[in-house]
Amino acid sequence: MDSITLIAIASIVTAGLTIALGSIGPALGEGRAVATALSSLAQQPDAASTITRTLFVGLAMIESIAIYCFVVSMILLFANPFWNHIIAQAAGK
Amino acid sequence: MRLSSDEIVFWQYGLFKLNATIVFTWALMLVLAVGSKLITRKLSTGLERSRWQSLLEIVVTGIEKQIEEVGLRRPDKYIGFLGTLFLFVALASLCTIIPGYEPPTGSLSTTAALALCVFVAVPFFGIEQQGLGGYLKSYVEPTVIMLPFNIISEISRTLALAVRLFGNMMSGTMILAILLTITPFIFPIAMSALGLLTGMVQAYIFSILAAVYIASATRVREPMPKPTADH
Repeated sequence: MDSITLIAIASIVTAGLTIALGSIGPALGEGRAVATALSSLAQQPDAASTITRTLFVGLAMIESIAIYCFVVSMILLFANPFWNHIIAQAAGK
Repeated sequence: MRLSSDEIVFWQYGLFKLNATIVFTWALMLVLAVGSKLITRKLSTGLERSRWQSLLEIVVTGIEKQIEEVGLRRPDKYIGFLGTLFLFVALASLCTIIPGYEPPTGSLSTTAALALCVFVAVPFFGIEQQGLGGYLKSYVEPTVIMLPFNIISEISRTLALAVRLFGNMMSGTMILAILLTITPFIFPIAMSALGLLTGMVQAYIFSILAAVYIASATRVREPMPKPTADH
């Protein structure tokens, strides 16, 4: 197996693993956050605006972890620096 | 597939490149600046006011209220910075309904520049509020051991601000592009509506986080009230 194939296999597998494993934690966290926010909304409907605002900010912060994983896997797939390096080397020969 | 709008180059002369990010950033700046200039040219204080003035009043008072709720006492001092951040990011994602438009916030260079502005603004407002010594002292609170961690958190939250906005905007356009090849009829519309919502939420988050960082840097620490002995 030459290095181009190796890099391609490693990048694709790692990209899939990154987004798969990286979305488990944020999914669990967001589920917990929404469930807690709903129960506190049911207990105190007066504080709805504050709870909703904090919930949105918190959700976006949690979701950004999944977004980091997405960015990393997109970089691996479409802007892979190792791949570009190998291609440039092969073109230079 | 393109990862960002940096790769669409309209015009190039030597090292000088005019890519889609710069063009759309300047277009947005022009819309924002000329629009507010035109609206505020003849303001009225009476009961009779134009529709556009009412729009701007709603926007400005809304932003001021949000800034005040975060804990900044005088929102008029910070609205110039925080309000501009919010309006730019919000308009950048709102304009995605225009065909052929690429959000400039979907490029890491734009979001990094915005995050760097926050990175500079936090010590600026902090030093202005509590002096150089008072601001530097906040790095060794509660103990000196926390100094490196405080510095690391300063840098890492700037990085997180930039990557969060970039990732959200980039994923929106990319998911849309992927869906267009799979189910090209109705479903992309729903996803682009969701993209508009995430764009608004991200604009809100970005400016609220900047406000929280500034609030934590400008807060003058009040001494703890002495517990009363008689109960």
